[in-house]
Amino acid sequence: MEPLSFGGVTSAILWQFMPVWISLIALFAVSITYKRKLGLYGKLFDSTIGMIGFALVMFWVFTAFYSTVFDLIYTHDPLAQVSRMKNKVPGTPLPKPGDGDYAHYLLGGDKLARDVFSRMVVGSAIVVAIAPLATLFAFMVGITLGLPAGYYGGRLDTVLSFLANLILAFPVILLFYLLVTPEIVATGLPQYMAVVLFVFPLVFCGVLIHSRYRTQPSKNALRLAIVLIPLILIYMSLINESGSKIAFWPLDFFDIPGGTLVVFVSVVFVNSPTVFRIVRGLTLDIKTRDYVAAAQTRGERPWYIMLWEILPNARGPLIVDFCLRIGYTTILLGTLGFFGLGLPPESPDWGSTINEGRKLLSVYLHPALPPAIALLSLVLGLNLLADGLREESLRD
Amino acid sequence: MGLFILRRVGVMLLTALCLTYVVFFMTNLYPNLEKLAKTQGNFRMSDEAVASWLDDRGYLQSTPKKYAEWIGVIPSKRTVLEDGTEIGRCIPPGVEAADAPSFCGILQGYWGWSTVFKKPVGEIVGTRLSLTGFLMLCVMLLMVPSALLIGVLAGMREGSTLDRSLSTVSITTTATPEYVSGVIFIAVFASSAVGLKWFKGSATKAMEDPTFENFFLPVLTISLYGMGYIARMTRASMAEVMTAQYIRTARLKGVSFGNIVMKHALRNALIAPFTVIMLQIPWLLNGVVIVETLFNYKGFGWTLVQAASNNDIELLLGVSVVSVVVVLVTQLISDIGYVYLNPRISVT
Repeated sequence: MEPLSFGGVTSAILWQFMPVWISLIALFAVSITYKRKLGLYGKLFDSTIGMIGFALVMFWVFTAFYSTVFDLIYTHDPLAQVSRMKNKVPGTPLPKPGDGDYAHYLLGGDKLARDVFSRMVVGSAIVVAIAPLATLFAFMVGITLGLPAGYYGGRLDTVLSFLANLILAFPVILLFYLLVTPEIVATGLPQYMAVVLFVFPLVFCGVLIHSRYRTQPSKNALRLAIVLIPLILIYMSLINESGSKIAFWPLDFFDIPGGTLVVFVSVVFVNSPTVFRIVRGLTLDIKTRDYVAAAQTRGERPWYIMLWEILPNARGPLIVDFCLRIGYTTILLGTLGFFGLGLPPESPDWGSTINEGRKLLSVYLHPALPPAIALLSLVLGLNLLADGLREESLRD
Repeated sequence: MGLFILRRVGVMLLTALCLTYVVFFMTNLYPNLEKLAKTQGNFRMSDEAVASWLDDRGYLQSTPKKYAEWIGVIPSKRTVLEDGTEIGRCIPPGVEAADAPSFCGILQGYWGWSTVFKKPVGEIVGTRLSLTGFLMLCVMLLMVPSALLIGVLAGMREGSTLDRSLSTVSITTTATPEYVSGVIFIAVFASSAVGLKWFKGSATKAMEDPTFENFFLPVLTISLYGMGYIARMTRASMAEVMTAQYIRTARLKGVSFGNIVMKHALRNALIAPFTVIMLQIPWLLNGVVIVETLFNYKGFGWTLVQAASNNDIELLLGVSVVSVVVVLVTQLISDIGYVYLNPRISVT
């Protein structure tokens, strides 16, 4: 087999991403056609910046989706090592390709002779799965604590704000080093933190439903049951892990693999105080509005006012911040990988691959650059998306 | 104003105490101590030997007591070993027990003994901090003027082509974390694969002899990430000021555009960015850790990584005290400066 030229590598990579291109075109065609009926999401397609950002984000989302669910796009097993492919340049053919093997390493091999292209593609799945979910959890924590702090004020506010400032004054990397080392993980501390942090989505959903349907007990009970029972089951299997400090629940459906839970918990922990401050600030602003006074005069309960009057009216800034924060979380995950914390060393996530590739950077560029550019494009996409959303939501 | 500062300093001290206690608690968890005993004593120690080693050195006392010893408000524990030598926290290697003080903590200026570098922690933190201080100074000198310039240029005519392009640049820099931009810079400007070789990919030499060639890339890498954010804040603040009534009045009176920007708008537009710049310092600390690791510049951030990954408990504590204090002091300065710069805000 001949090595591929630069053009050959580019076209082969573009071809590998074919399912992603098709989905992107389909998504954009449908969205632009019906953009007037799609609310804020549709308005996004009025701004060029927003569209570029959305395309970048959806590119990685589709890549992650097709590579995990359908095993498409990537060409080799991200963990498989092929002999004589160590540090080979992009486009190098395999020495002895077996039947059905892809004949080239499209972006070359890393120092353990693994395919850089496949590792980059599979690594996207880790980021795309963890970052939005962790951000969502951080928002649940921040909203559940920030709303009462802003609404009631007083001593509750003082205590919660002090705690938030305490966490914010911590240098993030020091916190990661303190939380994610194997010794601390062995004490079960991150798991106890998970127990506390993961309760907040349950509380949030429970209070959200209860405050709305409090006056209709039959509807209330039904809805609470439908939402809370699956959530409690997931919560219990999430915090329980056989062979660790917390393993009491018999119905343990799944264990989170190697260190992911710890990474998840620390990222949520670092993000929630900032969300708390934003929500608290918005609440302080919105609670002086007339519709809140009207609800108070109607005799609505405080939690109804917070969750069904104040929160929906704070959604604009919160959605924008959500996009920005996913990008920031992606950066944090990369930082963790860069310092080799949490995830297993052979994991194909972008931070770890950049860290591995940087050590040989003065000689070989190809192992470090693809994950670096991938991470850059995803975060840039999220920032542009946030910018587009902000512009469009300010317009009316 | 005096009362305001006093109250803020009080809250700051309380925060510092809480934070150092948390760090103290987490670094003194039993698995960490066990690892310490095994690396300092003997790798094949039995569990009882580990426990007695730790007990002799006062590590198995309750955490509040150890914390108070570390702060220096109660005398630290001493044990006489079987062979007659007296050991304790206050007796560093090579000092007679009788000469050692009974109180030794942060308050007495004793920061402990680093097990990795085999030196007093105070000395290490001092030298490393001065190296990083120089790095930070260069970063500030590059980052702040260019960020303000970009922000003011973008904000003075909102929506113009100049604004659009500068805004895109600043969004891109905020989306590029240090470990990405650093890797790209090294790849493009320092590697033999591309062949430009304008700069050095390692800043180790810059510790004794900083030159443009070996020091510019780390400084640029840290500056870029912070620059975008400050520039965007400046742009927003500038754009807001430019729509104000008094600017319109000045324009109607026939003041030239340059004079409006320089004499009328700039001062008011720079109030908000000042806070942002001060609050950016904790984030710079983060960038410093990444960049010093990436460029092998053995400063404060590099020390943090070494201390944390080698379980050097007292050095890690010293490093965290310093970084927490830096963060809190910048917050204080930003609050005071904001009140000072903005007469509309009263402290009472």
